[in-house]
Parts: sequence; structure tokens; C-alpha cells
Amino acid sequence: MSAYSVTEPSKTSKWAAALLVTLYTVITLLPLVWIISTSFKTGPDSISYPPKVFFDPTVEGYVNLFTTRTRPAVSELEALPPPEGLMEEIARRQGTIITGPSRFGERFMNSVIIGFGSTALSIILGTLAAYAFSRFKVPLKDDLLFFILSTRMMPPIAVAIPIYLMYRELGLSDTHLGMILLYTAVNISLAVWLLKGFIDEIPREYEEAALIDGYTRFQAFRKVVLPQAATGIASTAIFCLIFAWNEYAFAVLLTSGNAQTAPPFIPTIIGVGGQDWPAVAAGATLFLLPVMIFTILLRKHLLRGITFGAVRK
Amino acid sequence: MKWTSLAASAAIALAWATQASAQGSELTLCWAAWDPANALVELSKDFEAQTGTKMNFEFVPWPNFADRMLNELNSGGQLCDLMIGDSQWIGGAAENGWYLKLNDFFDKEGISMDAFVPATVTGYSEWPKNTPNYWSLPAFGDVVGWTYRKDWFERPDIQAAFKEKTGRDLTPPATMAELKEVAEFFQGRDIDGKTVYGASIYTERGSEGITMGVMDVLYSFGFKYDNPEKPYEMEGFVNSEGAVAGLEFYKSLYDCCVAPGTSNTYMGEGIDAYKSGQVALQMNFAFTWPGFEVDPNVGGGKTGYLVNPAGPNGERFAQLGGQGISVVANSDNVDGALAYIKWFAQQDVQQKWWSMGGFSCLRAVVEDPAFATSQPYAQTFLDSMAIVKDFWAEPSYASLLQASQARFHDYVVAGNGTAKVALDGLIADWTEVFEDEGKL
Amino acid sequence: MANPIDIAARGTPPTLARKVRGLSDRAIAWIFVAPTIFLLLAINIFPLIWTIRLSFTNYAANKPNAEVKWVGLRNYERILTDEDIWSNMTTTAHFLIWTIFFQVLIGFTLAWLINRKFKGNDILTTLIVLPMMLSPAVVGNFWTFLYQPQIGVVNYIVEFFTGIPAASFSMLGPGGLAPWSIVIVDTWMWTPFVMLICLAGLRSIPDYIYEAAEVDRASKWRQFWTITVPMVLPFLMLAVLFRGIENFKMFDMVNLLTGGGPGSETLLTSIDLKREAFEKWRTGYSSAYAIILFVTVFGLASIYVKALNKVKER
Repeated sequence: MSAYSVTEPSKTSKWAAALLVTLYTVITLLPLVWIISTSFKTGPDSISYPPKVFFDPTVEGYVNLFTTRTRPAVSELEALPPPEGLMEEIARRQGTIITGPSRFGERFMNSVIIGFGSTALSIILGTLAAYAFSRFKVPLKDDLLFFILSTRMMPPIAVAIPIYLMYRELGLSDTHLGMILLYTAVNISLAVWLLKGFIDEIPREYEEAALIDGYTRFQAFRKVVLPQAATGIASTAIFCLIFAWNEYAFAVLLTSGNAQTAPPFIPTIIGVGGQDWPAVAAGATLFLLPVMIFTILLRKHLLRGITFGAVRK
Repeated sequence: MKWTSLAASAAIALAWATQASAQGSELTLCWAAWDPANALVELSKDFEAQTGTKMNFEFVPWPNFADRMLNELNSGGQLCDLMIGDSQWIGGAAENGWYLKLNDFFDKEGISMDAFVPATVTGYSEWPKNTPNYWSLPAFGDVVGWTYRKDWFERPDIQAAFKEKTGRDLTPPATMAELKEVAEFFQGRDIDGKTVYGASIYTERGSEGITMGVMDVLYSFGFKYDNPEKPYEMEGFVNSEGAVAGLEFYKSLYDCCVAPGTSNTYMGEGIDAYKSGQVALQMNFAFTWPGFEVDPNVGGGKTGYLVNPAGPNGERFAQLGGQGISVVANSDNVDGALAYIKWFAQQDVQQKWWSMGGFSCLRAVVEDPAFATSQPYAQTFLDSMAIVKDFWAEPSYASLLQASQARFHDYVVAGNGTAKVALDGLIADWTEVFEDEGKL
Repeated sequence: MANPIDIAARGTPPTLARKVRGLSDRAIAWIFVAPTIFLLLAINIFPLIWTIRLSFTNYAANKPNAEVKWVGLRNYERILTDEDIWSNMTTTAHFLIWTIFFQVLIGFTLAWLINRKFKGNDILTTLIVLPMMLSPAVVGNFWTFLYQPQIGVVNYIVEFFTGIPAASFSMLGPGGLAPWSIVIVDTWMWTPFVMLICLAGLRSIPDYIYEAAEVDRASKWRQFWTITVPMVLPFLMLAVLFRGIENFKMFDMVNLLTGGGPGSETLLTSIDLKREAFEKWRTGYSSAYAIILFVTVFGLASIYVKALNKVKER
């Protein structure tokens, strides 16, 4: 590689770009920072008028997120033995006693199962279909692809009533499997479209060489195409997970006690009189973590997946 | 000796048998996800201990409560055995057979509806209204009222300023006109270095907020849903002169005296505005009141509670909230569900319910001489419950509600048209709904 | 008509096909595509057909015992002649056009800047992507809080920079700001998506093309318009397609943010549809509404995809 390249941007333009992008990053992260900082405020601080930028941090929001509490009469509260443990102490400070765990843990686990489950399924089905569309001359290919895409155009509400009735008949209502299948059906169009793009970029010669070496088509797919497509698969997985992780409309209509995910739960955390903003913020913060970690782990793939085209020939 | 041992063994056998049958029993109770629901979970622990029934709870947040639960009832789901459904659902639930009719059960168990506050029986249990057909037991009484900053009202400097401005003493408003005067006085005033505003009123667009707020005011101005002599005849009742004046009043209150940007306020936003010290007066349902008493900013005597003020002709009504508890007809444990209601109707349980923040509707509880002083807001709650009116409870209530939401928000908040146009339009919308229903 | 799979198998050169052992290409094509198609038929197409059927009736899902009547095209007629629905369509178009405009503008610019490959660009990229990972429901909920004139932070920031008093305006209230406020939130959340796809496009341009242009002494400006833009266009159009489809369906974020208000200023068609379907329970009517919306997106998207394919072929 030569030391000087005509395509290498100049130092000044790099500096200017870095500056502008940093500025945008700061602005775009402000609301997020506000959410995270709210999660460490007390209830009164969170709705303070005017808003507080500096405050004494507390984990009240997190305690409230994970517990249910009641508010006994002041006399009853005073008669209680001293609080045991930090959680109880924090609850007492708000004039409440902890009566049990909240359902946030369950909802969170449901999100993990349904989010990652449907992402895995979307990727498996999507890769297979994308490979077939990329490599075989499927007739009406463009029409079929458009058909697959068109399924994403339906407003969820349009099919919600039939799906609701159908799921009830099949016993899929309020089950993890039902939600995994549903989210897969929504995500698969994106998966097929993105993955087909990535697989198109893998030179056919590789597989053909493998086929000549005596691999079966299936072996060639598994041993040649899949490793090559790994970066594309990783970035597609991120997009699928983001959707399945955060979906709200179907979750609120089709799930309840058993398979409800966290998004319908978080905005509605009710504290002692009114919305418990610190707990809502704490829920939002914790809920962001897994996707964030997933993305950071796959970051190299995401960026390499994006740059995939650059190395095509 | 022989007899006693026989009796003892029989009793043990019987206890064991009931225990065994009860142990397998599970009940799911569905309600909205809010403060009182948490209290009900606590209260129900006694029921679990007594009967061995395991209680499950399904609480759905308010914005989705109706969608989710009506969907459930509609499709014949068996998720809920007991439903604490909104008062407006009663018509649909009765006509579509979602709820079990409770008359026979009440007769058999000696539960009398006379033992409950009359307005709650009409509001939560009866369909058709004002007939002795009961579909639920009043569970949680609720009504729109007002809170005010007692600490501000008691400050000499503020009192003096008010007197100077209006020529009268600063007292908690008893009429709508006074309410507006007080709100105007506080609007934009500087208190402890902060700009405060007059009042927080309901303006929410999405579900039912602005309708609850507007109706709460309109009743006292002479608004009626229809001709008492001729059901569903709305011309001259919905858009009567009084009703028009009432709607204009609500808009003027919105224009003069709310904090800027409160164009989508319902219960939660009202609470936030009040607790953060932005407003002097706040319209909200009574269920929010226990929360204010313990709040570090507005609790501990800083808050006063007001019955909805009277209208120009001295008429005084308030918007009903609250719910009754019903048995879902499709439940596979109807007996268990009825047993729960029987337990819940007992006086000592209701007494405990009140002490935990549940607004009991049992007269024995609320008419007890000690009740009025048991909480600072108890008397206000009681007085308010005596003057309630409720929105349509027709099976098509949701369409009726959507129409009023759009009409009221469009006039009051977005400022389109006039009050008369809005109410005339509302009659047209409602007429269409009733025609579709075949009631007109 | 020939079996599609036969033709698929014929697609592989015969010399290769002979070499293939195990499953035939035809079987593989079948096995690979079938699960996807089956899943879509079961979970999308079947309910869609059901919805179409319902759209010709007066069925109300909350009245299972009521008689269901065929009403022909009456539901469609009512919707298409309803002025309110046309105004919702306009609202949706406003939202759609401006969100896409800002997202493309900012997203492409960011990608173009990030492509300078300055030090630390990958860390910034990861940070920028964060808003996209939040739940739209949580975002809608939280932005009501941020937009609150007295306790929210947005108005105070505006006051800090412009001197306009925080309490003097309301982002979600009357005064015409609300339709822009939802555009701001959506742009905040989804610009990273467009940015990522543009970045993919930019990095797919081989260096030698620029090198050749440099040899030809083409100006940077000319290089941008004759190389960069055309090469990124297919990617950009794909991003626009997905954002367009998503925002046409936009429901959760805006519903929690404004509930369609003030008045009906931000009443997007999806929110209106949800009201008709799950609050008024006019199932037949709302089914017709849903079909009309679906046909609209479907029509627009198919024209668009044709254009996209043309651009790709160039």
C-alpha cells in the first residue's frame, strides 16, 4: 500500500469531519443521557420545576422498578421494626414497604427469549431464502421478493384482529412461540432483502470450486457461503433484534400474563400516585443494555458488514 | 366422648375435603395497573390465607386497559375470572353476556345493593340503568374533584394580594366562577421564585381525558345527555344554552389559567404538575389524593380537597370514575370467583380496603362517624360521591367517547369553531352511532 | 405452466449439476424458500385475506352475537368520501415526507463525514446508533416528559440558546409545532439507520474509481456528483424504502407522544385506524380502512421498487 493515496482525505477535512460528527453525537445523546440521569433521581427531583441538572443520585428508581410496594399509614410505618437491607431502607425512605418483587424481571426475560429467539429464526430462514434467491434462477424472482417485502407494509393493526382470533384457536395466544413466529414473520422481509444483498456479493466461483471439489450444494452453502456471509448475518441480526426487542403494538394486544415483553410494561410503571418517572427511566436504561451490548459485541461485524461491498473485487 | 371424637373426625374430614378442593383453585383477577391495584393484591392475601385459593393478577395499564380487556372478553378468553372493568363497559358486557348476572347470587348470599352508596350501584352495577339488574359489585369508588395548595391559600402575602385584586377573601372556591377567579389570580404569579399557574385540567386527546374534564364541568351548567322523557333525544339537551356556556367556560379556563403546553393532560400529567408545584388548583380523580398526602412537596397538610364547584345556577354535579367487580361468564371457576366477591363484600374487608387506600363503596364504611376524619380527603370524597353523573354506558360507549374526544379537543385545545358548533357536531356524531345501533 | 423449481434447477449449469451429490438444486431451493413462504402465508397472508373478507361486512368484533351482513363496497365508499380521513392522510404525508427528508439529509451527511475515516469514527458510529435501539413506546412516553414546558428539558435548552422563554411555547400544544415535534423525535431516532446504510454504500465504492477520476483531473465536486451520489443512490433508496414503509405504519411512538392531538393535528392514519378497530370496534369498517392503507403503500412501494431496480441496473 502506498503511503499517499488520492482517496485518503486530507488532515484538515478529517479534523472538520471529526468535529462535526462529535457535535452531532453529543446532541443526539442528550435525550439518552437525560433518561439515564432521571433513573438516578428521586421522584420529586425527576419532576422538579424547573428541571434539575445536578442532583443527589439515588437508586430509588431501580428499587421501585424491581419491587411492588404499599404505603401503610404513618403510624403503622413507625411501628415497624427497623428496615432490613438496602432495598427495604430505600423503600422506607419513600414512606413505603416492599411487598414483593415486581414483574419487571419476568417481562425482561420474556423479551430476551422472544427477542433473541425470533432473531435467530429470522436469520436462519432469511439466510436460506436469501441464498436460494441469490443463487437459483427462481422464476418471478422479483415478484416473489416484492411479495416478501410487501408483507412488511401491512399496518400491524390491519391483521391484529384475525391474528388474535387465529392465535386463540391454535393456542398460540400469549405464548413465547406465538410471539417468536409473529416477529419472525415481520422481520423476515428485512432479513431476506438485506441478506440477499450480502450473498449476492460473494463470488459464485468460491462455491463452484467447492462443488467441483466434491462438496454437495448443502455442504458448499454451509462451509463456503455461511462463513463468507457472517458479517452480513451479524448486521442483519442487529436490525432484527432491534425490532423484535422493542415491538409494542402486537405485544400489547396479543400478550398478557405469560409472554408479555417489557415494552408495554415500562411506560406504565405506576408508583405511589402517578407515573414513577425514575422507575420508568431505570426500566428504559436496563432495557437498552442488552441490545447495546449485543451491538457493541458485533460492532466489528456491523462495520465490516457495512464495508463488505468495498472488498468485493 | 364418642360423639366429640366423631364430630372432630368429621370436621377434620370435611376441612380436609374443602381444603383439597380449594387447594386446586386458582383465580385470576383483571384490573388496570395503578396504585389501588397494588393495594388489592395486599388485601387479597387474606382471602388466599382463608380459602387456600391462589390469586393471580393481570393488571393492564390504563391507556391499553379497554383495548386489551374488551378484546379478551370479546373473544371469549378465559384469562380473567374476575374483572374490575370500567363503568362504561357495563352495557356491552350485559348485552353481550360477558359478565355473569349477579342478582341470584346476591339474593342467596344476602348481599343487598342497598348497603352500597346509591350512585355507585347505578354507576357500576346496573344495566339497564335504574333497573334492579346487577352485573357487578361496587368495588372502587372514584369521582373527579379538585385539590388546592392550602399552604399558598394560607399565606398572608398571597391573601392580601388576592383581596387587593378581587375585593374578597381568598377562600377555597365554591362556584365555578370563583374557581376561575382564583385560577386567574395565581396564573403567572411568582411564588418562592418560581412562576406558577392557575389550574391543571384534563385535556388529554387519546383516550377519555378531555371528555371526563369537560363533562365534569358541563353537568353543573345544565348539560344533559338526553331528554329524560324521551331517551336518545339529544337536541336541546346536549347543546342547551347551559351546555354551550359550560363548554365556553371550560375553554376560557383552558385559555386563561393552565400552564403552557398542558394540551394533553390526564391523570398522570395532572399529578406531575401538581406535585412539582406548578399549579394552585388541580382537577383529578379522588384515587390520586392519598398519594398527595405522603408527597414530600405537597403532603403533610399542604393540600386541601374540594368538591366540584357549583355551576351558575347553583347546580352541582361531578364526573363519576371507579369500577365494580364482575364475574366473567366464561370463567371456568365461577364458584371461586363468586366466593371472592362474597368475601370482598364483607364489612371488615371493606374497612381494611379503605385503610389501604381503596375507596370503598360500602355505606357501613363511608357512613361510619369516624370515616370523615379518617383522612383529610374523606369528607370531600363522600360529598362528591353524592353528586355524581356518568358518561354513556351504552354498548357503543367507545364510539360515543371517540366523538366527544375529537369534538372537545378540537374546540377547547385546537381552538376551532365555537362551543355551539362543537356540541351540534357532537349530536350529529352521537345520532349516527345510535342509528347504527338501531336505537334511533 | 412450468414448475418454478424445475426452472430453478435448470439455472445451474449442467456440468455442475452432474457434479452435485446429495440433494438436487431443485430440492434445496424448495427447502430453503418454503419455510419463509409458509410462515408469511400463515401469519401475513391468511389474516390479510380474512381482513379483506371482513371489509365487505358490518362485522363488529365486540358483538359476536349480532348478525353479520354483507354491505358490499359501502365501507370503502364511506372511507373514501370522509374528509377527516383525507386530512389524516395529509398529516401522514407531512410526517412521511419530512422525516425522510431530514433523515436522508442528516444521515447521508453523517455517513459522508464518517467516511473520512478519522480516528475514533467507529466509536462515534456506535454511539450515534444508540437512539435507534430504544423502544419506540418508551421513546414516545419519555419525550412527552422532555417536551413538557415546565419540567421537561427541551424548552430550557431552546431558552438557553435563543432566549425564547421556556414557558412561552409548547412543542406538543396548539400553535402548529406538534406536527414538527413528532418529526424531530422520529428523525432523532432513525437517522442512524439511514446513516448506516449510506455508510455501507460509500464504502462499497472501490478506490480505483476515484483514482481514475483523479487521473482525469475531475474536480472533487464533480467526483461527488458523478461517482459518490450515483453509487450510493441504490443504498439510499433502499433506506428510504424501509423508512417510508415503517413511518407509514407509525403508531406506537406518536400515539404515546401526542395521542393524535392537539385536536387532530398529528392524527396519523395508523392511530385513527387503531381507534376504529380497537376502540370503536367497527371491525368491518376498519378492515376496509386497513386494506385501503395497505393498497396505498403497496402501490407506492411497487412503483418505487421498479425505480430502484432501474437505478441498480445502471
